[in-house]
Amino acid sequence: MEQMISLKHVFKYFGEFRALNDVSLEVAAGERVVVCGPSGSGKSTMIRCINRLEEHDDGEIWVSGNQLTEDVKKLTEIRKDVGMVFQQFNLFPHLSVVDNLTLAPMKARGLSKSDATELAMTYLNRVHIPEQAAKYPGQLSGGQQQRVAIARSLCMQPKIMLFDEPTSALDPEMIKEVLDVMIELAEDGMTMIVVTHEMGFAKKAANKVVFMDQGEVVESAPTEQFFSQPESDRTKLFLSQILTH
Amino acid sequence: MKNQTSTIVAARTKRRRNSAITDTFQLLILGSGLIWLVLRGAAEMNYVWQWHRVPQYIYKVIDGELIFGPLIDGLLVTLEIGAYSIVLGLVIGLITAFLRLSDSYSGRLLATIYLELVRNTPLLIQLFVFYFVLGPIFEIDRFWVAVLCISFFEGSFAAEIIRGGILSVPKGQVEAGASLGLSRAATYRYITLPQALPIILPPLAGILVNLIKHSAIVSVIAVFDLTTSGLDIISETFMAFEIWITVASMYLVITISLSIVISRFERYMKRSTLAG
Ligand SMILES: Nc1ncnc2c1ncn2[C@@H]1O[C@H](COP(=O)(O)OP(=O)(O)O)[C@@H](O)[C@H]1O
Ligand SMILES: [Mg+2]
Repeated sequence: MEQMISLKHVFKYFGEFRALNDVSLEVAAGERVVVCGPSGSGKSTMIRCINRLEEHDDGEIWVSGNQLTEDVKKLTEIRKDVGMVFQQFNLFPHLSVVDNLTLAPMKARGLSKSDATELAMTYLNRVHIPEQAAKYPGQLSGGQQQRVAIARSLCMQPKIMLFDEPTSALDPEMIKEVLDVMIELAEDGMTMIVVTHEMGFAKKAANKVVFMDQGEVVESAPTEQFFSQPESDRTKLFLSQILTH
Repeated sequence: MKNQTSTIVAARTKRRRNSAITDTFQLLILGSGLIWLVLRGAAEMNYVWQWHRVPQYIYKVIDGELIFGPLIDGLLVTLEIGAYSIVLGLVIGLITAFLRLSDSYSGRLLATIYLELVRNTPLLIQLFVFYFVLGPIFEIDRFWVAVLCISFFEGSFAAEIIRGGILSVPKGQVEAGASLGLSRAATYRYITLPQALPIILPPLAGILVNLIKHSAIVSVIAVFDLTTSGLDIISETFMAFEIWITVASMYLVITISLSIVISRFERYMKRSTLAG
């Protein structure tokens, strides 16, 4: 299978602090990988390196056949292929929902307003909130905002979607509506890396689960195996904490 | 939502109107007190008021034709300095703000040196440096020396206001733009600036008022602005009280009108951000 994302011996430092320590990860086209691990273990740093919101210091990162380097022109091109959903949604508060969705297709892909709007409505339908198109982000619930954020990324028709704890900022009753959208996305064959502690989602949608601790990938295994026979003691401890939690 | 907003606005205006009556009353008492003090002081020093001689310095009507007196001429120069300086000051502020936010070390250094110099020396000395040093070197006449000096002075405040506004937009906004594949310029244009602008504009408009006031200092290099005209008239007529009160009132008319326009504009901005 074609490798969509490939991290080879990646290191990342914040000053003296080593946030990523020799991280390697392969994600094939159509594969869904869940990343878990304690807070501060480098999960965000890793997926932010994949669309170069953080620049790695050593090692190689390849995204759909392109190596991530200083080359800025290429970087914007690569980012069009990599959608990202943030914990805090990061919707544009000054734009209506539909304008949030059409901005990048129009300004980065050069679509006409009518084409972009059509695209936006398609994806708002997919996240089940077409009726909110004219509202502003501040008028929506958290769950609705996060679904708009997912739709906004999808409007760029990316090959890969990155999720950084997409449900962590949500009230419990809204988590399911977001996870459902993500599961549908997974069923459609989207390549996904999802940082989350929602193990139910991992069991349902992931091919592979990665456990990180202290900037290292401690364990990486097919979903079934990860939960039934984890190898490392650190993984076992983490799982026991999170599953009884 | 809309209804709710208009109720809030209505409630606010009502409260303001109620207190406006007391405000006016208090102001009247305070104002009459002040006037009484000035009149009594003047009487004690046997000051001879000659208000009837003042209007000719504002305007004259000769053969049915209206001619501006030196005070109005001066006011126009003050406004001219203000108009040029606000534009130039904004440009300087914008460039400085972007330099300070840029990745370029020398750019940031240059901006910081400029800001520290302007902030930490008296405006009067800056004016002298422009007039006696830069003026002769670059052969700039005194009007433009005045404009440049005021622009660089107010530009330093504009720079910090603009920078603060841009920094107030959360980092996640820029990251969201970048992750969607928008260029840096597009992210600035469509995401950062529209959110920074409502924060930047009100204090920036306040700079315009400051600028009009600070521009009085150009009288020391004999630019014929409102203050210089006032000084000249007094040296001929010795009507210090009448002319200074007139000059101050003229500054007041300008700055208060500007403030009213600005607060209207602010309210408009606030309403349009509330509505969306
Ligand atoms: N911009 C930054 N500057 C300094 N340290 C950072 C920065 N971002 C993350 N870190 C540090 O790197 C470590 C990993 O952070 P992060 O990737 O956010 O962890 P996680 O997402 O797993 O909770 C943490 O110790 C954090 O404090
Ligand atoms: Mg994180």
